[in-house]
Amino acid sequence: MIDITATLRRGWQQLIAHIDFPLLVITLAIMAFGLATVFSATYDGNQRVLSQAGNMGVALVIMWFVSRLPPQKLMSFAIPLYLLGLILLVAVFLFGIKINGAKRWLPLGFTRIQPSEIMKIAMPLMLAWYFQKYEATLSYKHFIVAGLLLIIPFGMIAKQPDLGTALLVGGAGFFVIFFAGLPWKVIFGLGAAAAGAAPFLWNMLHDYQRKRILTLIDPTTDPLGSGYHIIQSTIAIGSGGAFGKGYLNGTQTHLEFIPERHTDFIFAVYSEEWGLLGNALLVFLYTLLIGRGMIIASAAPTLFSRLLASAITLGFFTYAFINMGMVSGILPVVGVPLPFMSYGGTALVTLFLGVGILMSIHTHRMLVKK
Amino acid sequence: MGDFHNPDSDIDRFRFRLGFAAVTVLLAFGLLIGRFFWLQVIQHDFYQTRAEDNRIALIPIVPNRGVITDRNGIVLARNYSAFTLEITPSRVPDLEAAIDALATVIDIQPKDRKRFKRVMDEAKNFESIPIRTRLTDAEVAKFAAQRYRFPGIEVKARLFRQYPLGNVASHALGYIGRITDRDLKWIEEVEKQANYKGTDHIGKNGLEQRYEFELHGETGYEEVEIDAGGRALRSLKRIPPVSGNNLTLTLDAKLQEITEQAFGDRKGALVAIDPTTGGILALVSNPTYDPNLFVDGITPDNWKELNEHPSKPMVNRAINGAYPPGSTFKPFMALAALEMGKRTPNQTISDPGYFNFGNHQFRDDKKGGHGSVDMYKSIVHSCDTYYYMLANDMGIDNIAKFMAQLGLGERTGVDLGRDGASESKGILPSQEWKRQRFKKPEQQKWYAGETISIGIGQGYNAYTPIQLAQATAVVANNGVMFRPHIVGHITDAKTGEKRPVEPQPIRDLHLKPQNIEVIRRAMVGVNKEGTGARAFAGAAYESAGKTGTAQVYSLKGAEYKAHSVKKELRDHALFIAYAPADKPTIALAVLVENGGFGAQSAAPIARMVMDYYLLGKLPAGAAKEDDTAVEDDNEE
Repeated sequence: MIDITATLRRGWQQLIAHIDFPLLVITLAIMAFGLATVFSATYDGNQRVLSQAGNMGVALVIMWFVSRLPPQKLMSFAIPLYLLGLILLVAVFLFGIKINGAKRWLPLGFTRIQPSEIMKIAMPLMLAWYFQKYEATLSYKHFIVAGLLLIIPFGMIAKQPDLGTALLVGGAGFFVIFFAGLPWKVIFGLGAAAAGAAPFLWNMLHDYQRKRILTLIDPTTDPLGSGYHIIQSTIAIGSGGAFGKGYLNGTQTHLEFIPERHTDFIFAVYSEEWGLLGNALLVFLYTLLIGRGMIIASAAPTLFSRLLASAITLGFFTYAFINMGMVSGILPVVGVPLPFMSYGGTALVTLFLGVGILMSIHTHRMLVKK
Repeated sequence: MGDFHNPDSDIDRFRFRLGFAAVTVLLAFGLLIGRFFWLQVIQHDFYQTRAEDNRIALIPIVPNRGVITDRNGIVLARNYSAFTLEITPSRVPDLEAAIDALATVIDIQPKDRKRFKRVMDEAKNFESIPIRTRLTDAEVAKFAAQRYRFPGIEVKARLFRQYPLGNVASHALGYIGRITDRDLKWIEEVEKQANYKGTDHIGKNGLEQRYEFELHGETGYEEVEIDAGGRALRSLKRIPPVSGNNLTLTLDAKLQEITEQAFGDRKGALVAIDPTTGGILALVSNPTYDPNLFVDGITPDNWKELNEHPSKPMVNRAINGAYPPGSTFKPFMALAALEMGKRTPNQTISDPGYFNFGNHQFRDDKKGGHGSVDMYKSIVHSCDTYYYMLANDMGIDNIAKFMAQLGLGERTGVDLGRDGASESKGILPSQEWKRQRFKKPEQQKWYAGETISIGIGQGYNAYTPIQLAQATAVVANNGVMFRPHIVGHITDAKTGEKRPVEPQPIRDLHLKPQNIEVIRRAMVGVNKEGTGARAFAGAAYESAGKTGTAQVYSLKGAEYKAHSVKKELRDHALFIAYAPADKPTIALAVLVENGGFGAQSAAPIARMVMDYYLLGKLPAGAAKEDDTAVEDDNEE
């Protein structure tokens, strides 16, 4: 009996050896809100809630699996994953199917995949690997190469067009370069150049993207068109008030005024029902998540793990900030889900790949030092 | 590039940048919280209201329009429910394709498409517009089976206005049609916009327009929860509409119908009034039209035919046609002379068959004249010379002063059309009138010679049939005048209370009874031994009348001028009458355009109307033009 218990305990400890509990608890908490909100936002006999719970299970298993991989192993995935992503992006460009005017999907017979999703992980992984490789001889040249590694997939995704994903991929890559020590004067120089090129970039945007930016400035100019999302979601948030209308009592939600209410606009549903108090709690949870990620990054032993951990952590921030910003009407509407909240398996898997990587980095730091 | 590969400073720089990122994160999240605070605390009330507005949609429920019945309860305008197939264009991306597809299921004619397009051009924002009206049950079933194919297209039950008697009394009833911009302005003027939400028809003329706000009723509302797609989820509250008030007319539909038939294909008008109340018993303008054509939106072909037909069926001659009164003016002239002391009944003139004024000779109809003529004879035999002289003695302004009291030259205020402007004023000539009518100074002067022909109802003066009927009614009713009106009472839909329309007289001329008696006796004489005798031969009641003929060439309207053919050059026939002579209950004026002598075509119609109204039956051999009357009665 004692032996069995001991064996079981050892087995359990083995099982959870690479789990970072603060990260797990925080993400589980956010996901609990997410599930509850998906339940409120949908009326399909729990179908989506159950499906999302299933997605979470899969994502957690992936997280668990990834967390057990040592960072060296992760490094070995960098080039293959990046190349796979790039090839698939080209394939999308050539053979992709158009849905709602955007060529983002690649048909694989039994299913279809969105290769840009791979890049969300492949991009920071690749760049972190690259800087690690040239750590000793780092020079401007390497920053230029890193910039190219970043800009090519970014451009291809933006061209699909999928501005949301492009921003997330570009952001993840930029964070790596930033933490790798891109000189401030270059950062400011790039900032100034971007500001100078704004009119040119404006011309590069698709009509619907421009419209979304214009709509942001004054949503009422197009209340039945692209301004509709923003108007309805700000009404939902504003009418929620300080303490919310109560769970399952959001009228904006239940009268179907909020579009995409279980996916990209789930925050409007949550905010209407839970109010400012709920929003503060959610933002607090994201802050904890990011804080934990930063601690992990700070404690990471190698340049690769530092860069990867910080890029993934700030990736979570980018997701959360862009999503809540667009739903509350301070950022243009781009297709970015709210991390750990929005319905959707792909995003969840990508996110937990990131969480798994963070756990791996953190739980393997001592091993590396030894 | 030294600082790129110094391990210690690498860590420091990384941690510094991480710290910088942490501050950025906190600032960004702070910004979000600030935004939430702005929306959820400071602007909360605003968004709360917006959300409430979002949640509840007020769907107007259009009330049933009031029913119009005649004095005996015969329905003249009612509503019936029918299925229509309606398209909401804002919900159908490709209208043409949708209608083509629809045409494979339901019969859709090119005229349906045309009407749909026309209505769509006029329609407000996101209304649903009928593509087919009056679906049969089979068509409804056929569409219902395939409705999944046609989003944005649905079958609706709508109430339609119907005028069961068709052409009968259409000039009195008017019709309803789709609300246009002009109607909208009217609604806004009277601040009824709220009550017209959901209403798409409105009275266009006649009673339908005058009593629009009685007939319309109060629009009800249903508060429904809706989703962003506009689909109703559930009803929260229903405020039922209040039906429009019903109108009961003084008009006798049967009398009206018989009179219209009596006109046949002759153009003209008749107004019959109960002189003791001003209630209109019949108001005919011939030709008529079928108001049912307008309810659904009239087709361009029908509209063109009605509008461009030479007989102008859309013109309400009874209130908009101004005609010289001809000899029907003589009893009023005689009454004026008595009242003003210009003549006594027995005073006689010698009629040589003409009257010289200056170097112009005014001829009498009868060659050689009527000899010695007193007032009685002047009316019975319609002696022109008597009235040339009288007019000359009275002067134009005295004539105008008296006639104005009878309501000539002013709008009667009959309850037709939106307001008084829909009725013509006619022309009551006077010095003042001429000054205002003409611009050049030499035209503004009234010449005494112009007064002469006014005496026999020719010259400048022109009155509407309703004015003549009213003037006749005033004489019949001993000088007490009522406003002519078609609605007897309005039945309030809510309370059932009956509101009578104006029982009070609007004017008492204080005519001397002996003077009225002189005129009455003379007009009775007309129907007994004068120009009306033939038409009223064998009547079971005593009636008073006067025939008249108006010369077409003196008509102010242009329609009979240049391209005139023979028939259109014939004079207009007129007849005024009241009965029973001692206690009149009906007074009327008849006009038959190009009818020749009044005795020939107008008087027989009057006889029919009176027989039917007083005796409930038609005279034997009625409604035929009395051709043989021409020779006998050429003296009017």
